[in-house]
Amino acid sequence: MKLYIPNSAFLGNIDPFLKSFDPSGTESLEITANNKWISIHPAVLAMIAALGVTVDPANIRCQKFEARSSHYLARMGLFKTLKIPFNVPFVEHEPAGRFIPITRIRGSDELSRFIADMVPLLHLEPEQARTIGYIISELARNVIEHAEADHGAFLCAQYYKKSNSIRVGIADTGVGIKQTITRSHPADTDLEAIRLALRPGITGTTNREGGTEQNAGAGLFFIKSIASINRDFFVIYSGNALYKLLKKPAGVRPRLHADPFDDRHSQEENLPAWRGTVVGADITLDQTAEFSALLDAIAGTYKAAVRERVQARYRRPKFI
Amino acid sequence: MKNIVLFNKAGAFAENKDIARDIRVKEIIPALNSGEDVVLDFEKVEAATQSFVHALISDVIRKFGSAALDRMSFRSCTPTVKKIIGIVTDYMQESLGPE
Repeated sequence: MKLYIPNSAFLGNIDPFLKSFDPSGTESLEITANNKWISIHPAVLAMIAALGVTVDPANIRCQKFEARSSHYLARMGLFKTLKIPFNVPFVEHEPAGRFIPITRIRGSDELSRFIADMVPLLHLEPEQARTIGYIISELARNVIEHAEADHGAFLCAQYYKKSNSIRVGIADTGVGIKQTITRSHPADTDLEAIRLALRPGITGTTNREGGTEQNAGAGLFFIKSIASINRDFFVIYSGNALYKLLKKPAGVRPRLHADPFDDRHSQEENLPAWRGTVVGADITLDQTAEFSALLDAIAGTYKAAVRERVQARYRRPKFI
Repeated sequence: MKNIVLFNKAGAFAENKDIARDIRVKEIIPALNSGEDVVLDFEKVEAATQSFVHALISDVIRKFGSAALDRMSFRSCTPTVKKIIGIVTDYMQESLGPE
């Protein structure tokens, strides 16, 4: 497998990075990068980590990075996660208030402990910390419960002072969204599976309205809604498909949609296949809407979507 | 009346669905089955995920119908926790249809 890290790969311009990914030859991994400088979204780091741990460290070839870039990758814990050497001396920053290094989560209690430890690290206002904790909990639980990922979920996050935003990435190398969602709902393509997974009340665990006792099929819809109301990017990449919720222009009052294709978005269907799922989200803290106001909007959209599906199954009178 | 203090089990951020399932299976459903009413006390719980609340009460509503909400009360909820409980109870009743 091969990964090329360009000088810039954030959610808005992540497509070239994904297109350059070569998934062939799963027994080895070659990581190359722009020679001058790299600046990347935590979702990219989470992907590299998730992919790297599937390979014997002896079979990972990683080019020598330009010093400052390599320091960033090192302090985010990439080399440690991949168990490959990093011999350039650097000053390890105290993570408080700035970033969450690459972290592997494999179980429910481990996730709860991580969230409890993580919130103080980010030094956020309580309302903002709850939003980030909410996102990480729902995304990581999706991996733990549905992805069948032998290596668990890899996540990391970074605070960006200039934009006053938190960027979060989570990646796994499990079975992917199409395999899980089609256990209960038909989907011919990876993109159609992503579309279903983002709709409120659709879960791979059942086709029964209201979900199972443990799954409602609402987690991804909630997270997309948080990003949508805040006018932020939100990306899902699984199989060969990418769904990207685009930033909404200022001045336009965001509306929530049950069908993600009704949101302002872009989509790709012929990307190199990622076996598993990658999710990236940007949360601009200045714009973070009051969570309770967001919940009002979610409640209305969710209820309408369920009602619409239930009514679609009503028997119709036969007029003869 | 059975009083269940959520903070003691789920902490200030209630997100662990396994804990929610244990509370539902070991405490809420047995209490309702034996004729007791239930109070879910959210004192000191600052936030909860929809997934947690779903794992806590959705199956109770499915098993006992919307009448479960006459026998189950939610105490000391923050405004956001109230709204999340409202979302779950709404979509569960919507999915059950008219009774």
